[in-house]
Amino acid sequence: MRTELLSVRGLTKSYAGADGELPVLAGIDLSVAEGEIVALLGKSGSGKSTLLRCLAGLIPPSSGTVSYRGEVLRGANPGAAMVFQTFALLPWLSVLQNVEIGLEARGVPAARRREAALRAIDLIGLDGFESAYPKELSGGMRQRVGFARALVVEPDVLLMDEPFSALDVLTAENLRGELMELWESGQFPTKAIVVVTHNLEEAVLMADRVVVLGSRPYGTIRASYRVELERPRDRGEPAFAALIDEIYRTMTGRGPAEAPLPPLGRDLEPARRTPANTPLPPAGVDALSGLAEILLQHEGSLDLAALSEELSLEVDDLLPLVDALDLLGFLSVDGTLLALTGTGRAFSTADVQESKKIFAAAALTLPLIRLITTSLAHSADGGLRYGFFRDILAGHYTSEQVAQQLEVATDWGRYAELYSYDALHEEYTLDPGHRPEPET
Amino acid sequence: MGLLRWPTGSDRPGEGTARRRTRWSWPDLVVALGMLVALYAVIRVGEGTTTSFTPSRTPEIDTDPANLPYYAARSLLRMFAALALSLAFTLVYAYVAAHSRRLERVLIPALDILQSVPILGFLTVAVSALLALFPGSMLALECAAVFAIFTSQAWNMTFAFYHALLTVPRELDELSRDLRLTRWLRFWRIELPSGAIPLVWNAMMSFGGGWFFLVASELITVSGTDYTLPGVGSFAGAAIAEGNLAGMGWAIAAMAVLVTGVNVVFWRPLVAWAERYKVEQTEASQVQRSLVLDFLRRAYWPRLLARACAPLRELTMRAGRVLGRDDGPLQVDLRRRRAGDVAFWGVTGALLAWGLAGLAGYLDDHGGLSVFVEPLLLGSLTLARVVVLVAVATLVWVPIGVWIGSSPRLTRIAQPVVQVLASFPANFLFPLATWAFVRTGLSLNVGGIVLMALGAQWYILFNAIAGAMAIPTDLREAMDDLGVRGWQRWRRLIIPGIFPAYVTGAITASGGAWNASIVAEVVTFGSATLTASGLGAYIAHATQSGDHPELLAGIAVMSLYVVALNRLVWRRLYRLAQTRYAW
Repeated sequence: MRTELLSVRGLTKSYAGADGELPVLAGIDLSVAEGEIVALLGKSGSGKSTLLRCLAGLIPPSSGTVSYRGEVLRGANPGAAMVFQTFALLPWLSVLQNVEIGLEARGVPAARRREAALRAIDLIGLDGFESAYPKELSGGMRQRVGFARALVVEPDVLLMDEPFSALDVLTAENLRGELMELWESGQFPTKAIVVVTHNLEEAVLMADRVVVLGSRPYGTIRASYRVELERPRDRGEPAFAALIDEIYRTMTGRGPAEAPLPPLGRDLEPARRTPANTPLPPAGVDALSGLAEILLQHEGSLDLAALSEELSLEVDDLLPLVDALDLLGFLSVDGTLLALTGTGRAFSTADVQESKKIFAAAALTLPLIRLITTSLAHSADGGLRYGFFRDILAGHYTSEQVAQQLEVATDWGRYAELYSYDALHEEYTLDPGHRPEPET
Repeated sequence: MGLLRWPTGSDRPGEGTARRRTRWSWPDLVVALGMLVALYAVIRVGEGTTTSFTPSRTPEIDTDPANLPYYAARSLLRMFAALALSLAFTLVYAYVAAHSRRLERVLIPALDILQSVPILGFLTVAVSALLALFPGSMLALECAAVFAIFTSQAWNMTFAFYHALLTVPRELDELSRDLRLTRWLRFWRIELPSGAIPLVWNAMMSFGGGWFFLVASELITVSGTDYTLPGVGSFAGAAIAEGNLAGMGWAIAAMAVLVTGVNVVFWRPLVAWAERYKVEQTEASQVQRSLVLDFLRRAYWPRLLARACAPLRELTMRAGRVLGRDDGPLQVDLRRRRAGDVAFWGVTGALLAWGLAGLAGYLDDHGGLSVFVEPLLLGSLTLARVVVLVAVATLVWVPIGVWIGSSPRLTRIAQPVVQVLASFPANFLFPLATWAFVRTGLSLNVGGIVLMALGAQWYILFNAIAGAMAIPTDLREAMDDLGVRGWQRWRRLIIPGIFPAYVTGAITASGGAWNASIVAEVVTFGSATLTASGLGAYIAHATQSGDHPELLAGIAVMSLYVVALNRLVWRRLYRLAQTRYAW
């Protein structure tokens, strides 16, 4: 049995919402042992970065514990160092000074500090850049500084928060490859790695274990996969593709999964949907029309993977659009196959005025938009304050989520010409041309 | 008083008053009362000893131009001493406010009120208090002058740095804790650098405004005694007293040289140097440059100096370890926190009650609350002057500023000139204006507006230029293309476009005008003394006659007017500018 470095027991994390605590992570149990690379994989909003910060001891769990070598963390994790998505380099320090800073904090004398920093710089392929300043470097080189800075303190665990996602595809591929070679070569100064990513392929390329986090209604560990493939891993291998496919189904919540899925708005009867159980996906109307248009060009149906390839967009970025079209009843989803419905076709072939009407009819089936429209119709002067709706949603969402829900509802409602919103006075008013159909 | 604030143009970092705490809350009231008590305490300290004070030999000022360099050096020394003091105050005060949850609730509203206290009020209070501590000593006067200049610089700088500390990028905060930096290391490597740019810009602007108070503090009458400190301001004062117009001219020239010289030799290089502390990791499109800095960078000795200092730095970083690690406990013990809160507010409340009781007793002995009535009435007259000033300056300078700002060539020439004009101490020119008023028989009730405007108007011009520059060229071109011109263009493009910058300028101008009212509502030229009715004249009179209850009431009421004006008008406009009209 290899030594357990990090262990998480019964962790929940919630943030103060507008009306009480709202969970972002719940029931997390996780263990990271010596010699392994663990990938935390999930869509945005699944709480994977929050979990990583709990592991680093940067934020406290609301309940449950995080331990390092059996000791419960009471502050920053002494055995971990982090690599940031945005690099987090100090622009006023040279590469060498940036790398040295962790040793300086530990009170290492100047000469030994320099020696260790130069070794880390050499290891990570940065030699020649010692005296450069971060702003002179390309993104890839900057992230190398981030790696060198974390490695130089020789932490037991290297924590990486989407380390390659701010880089272009080629740079990311190259840097990831070099990092894995280094890991394999045994020269790597840390004993384990935890990497957060939303990129499925990246997770399978790097990790010994892929932990999938789900996001509805809050982050839980949905499944965990062991990756036994030989390194360096080959994307063309059938086993690789099969594993990707399997994890993918778990991620999108449409395949066999070990944990039961939380209820989704789409699976409920329209009458049982409420603004709380049917959040509006963050998608702009133009992008929705665009996606419907593209589907139409492909005879109305297309596989999600093919779509993501054609648009060179991450699946992660496409999912809110797909969810939105699905909720509106413009799209049906079968596994990963997307198909336009009759209304969806009508929506994307009609002229602007007609498609607005179709959109309005569909949008009125969505609980939040329906709520706003009917409330406005019942209000004495046809106007209601933003705060009114914010308070209604406050019990179910964090304040950021409330703002986002209302932003989407405002955008869709304006487009559908159901109501308008005056940002200066923070007030919704009913569109004069529209009277909502009576409630059922 | 918040005299100086940097415009909110795109590439100008820095923060002013109007930013935080737009709601009233009870700590605000507690703090306001606390400040009143503090003012009372200082005045009492001064009062106790003025009777035993024998007028010091005030040095004679020799108006021979050959002595001017010496006087200029003395003035400059005072300015830099105040700057050093302001910097030290800023670092400590802002750090404590940003890191202590409890003290923040007191320190930040206190700063807000300090900004609203007329700086010349600080001066008179400081002179009496310091002379009480060091009777008959020139050092006391020097300290009082430095303190007055300090009060014109410190508040803005502190706000700017405090705000910078609050907005340290999240990932840098996480980095610091993840690498377990010491507090000392975090301050020098992360917090101070990320606040460097707003700090430098605000210090530069505040320093520019400080000249006004330098001049005012070199010639001052407290409790019927004239005090003089050797400097450019007192040189000019002496020249006026002699009716020596040539000497006056020399003094004005020396002042112009000082203001521009410090700008070129000190501030421009500093601003250009601070560029390295930009957080964005891309090359800036518009880089601040300074020939002096380029020259210094070519020199070898700075590097030599840096190398020599390295062991020292190493040593301080080690010594700084005693201050502990930047790593608070993850979980807070709520019960202990609650107990701490109760203790903290209990002690604060008790001190406050004690001070208020003393104040109430004091006022009772000196005519009771009725002492506040006259300044409250006079305040409305000064308020009217401020309003007229801002309105007229807007009508005159906004069109000119927009015209200048629309032409990059004109802007390049005009901006540095306006900056120097804004820094040039307007009270230097008061005697000339007074002479004109005496000749034309213009009442100071109206003329006072002109005097106040001499200094304040430039902020409106300066910000109108900056605002016009910030209007994107493509918008201008689109308007040209659509044939939008005349009033429609002003209404649809220019006014909304310059609004944020204009509000900043108007806030600054209004603050400057309140400050100036103390010296602008009573002026002397030779044997002629003109007086306007207003709160400024009231405070000036109370200062000269040494009437402490009136002084206390005057300063408190002026602060009240400024705070009220800020909360009721400027903050709302500022918020509107930030939410609705920001680019």
